[in-house]
Amino acid sequence: MILGAVGLGHYLSLGAVLFALSVIGIFLNRKNLIVLLMCIELMLLAVNTNFVAFSHYLGDMQGQVFVFFILTVAAAESAIGLAILVVLFRNRSTINVDELDHLKG
Amino acid sequence: MQTMTALFYIFSAVLLIASFRVITARSPVYAALYLVLAFFSAACVWMLLRAEFLAISLVLVYVGAVMVLFLFVVMMLDINTDAMREGFWKHFPVALVVGVVIVLEMALVLMPGFDVRTAPPMDGAELTLGNTKLLGVEIYTKYLYPLQIAAVLLLVAIIAAIALTLRRRKDSKYIDPAQQVRARKEGRMRIVKMPPTVEPQPAAAAGEQK
Repeated sequence: MILGAVGLGHYLSLGAVLFALSVIGIFLNRKNLIVLLMCIELMLLAVNTNFVAFSHYLGDMQGQVFVFFILTVAAAESAIGLAILVVLFRNRSTINVDELDHLKG
Repeated sequence: MQTMTALFYIFSAVLLIASFRVITARSPVYAALYLVLAFFSAACVWMLLRAEFLAISLVLVYVGAVMVLFLFVVMMLDINTDAMREGFWKHFPVALVVGVVIVLEMALVLMPGFDVRTAPPMDGAELTLGNTKLLGVEIYTKYLYPLQIAAVLLLVAIIAAIALTLRRRKDSKYIDPAQQVRARKEGRMRIVKMPPTVEPQPAAAAGEQK
């Protein structure tokens, strides 16, 4: 099998497919908050892949610097998100999105 | 070049299969484990793009820390997954349409528009310093201020996570030292003035003592 050289378009398409998969995941797992958080992590991974691909093919280091900062923000986001999830489960003993319909504690 | 192409397709296939299993896994534990696989394959793809430092930090930070945190939370919470699975595939057609439209639109733009087949050759700085050192030079000179903001952000995240989940234990025998130091004699003891009274001795008792 003859495979051509992999170009920028291949990596960007990989990111696009990954992003679409996580959008589908958000549609499917709309009741389970934990898997929703995982889908957001996958989305960030797709965006980071795009950044790294551009950085490589355009010969510019700044794309990787941005990935570095996105990783920082993503780590902070998942830590706070999981902490909120734990508090939510402690108060309501469920993380089913359908049952979280009380605005007043 | 041929090996790189084959490796790209292998890693991409593993990455996409793993992320598909993440969104369809029956148990959140399986989803978290497949997410680990997805991140690992993504790190391999980044390695193909010569982003060594970011690939390793993805493995260390994500697979080592964030995913363990996810697993920890998943196992700590007692989740009834069967109730959440009901009506799981109800919105799948709409989701599939949205996903396919996203991919088609992106492919329409990306495939002809970004047809860059070859990366620029590595210059002398990259060959002598290496990816990690170049990234460090970039971050610590040009992006020093954003780096400090990112550090403050991580600190805020630590404090927020602890403040959210901290609660006072009911059975703890902890006493506030400041309260102990502030204690005075007046707060604990009350002196009551009482006049002395002499009880009259009964006559029978007086007779026995003689």
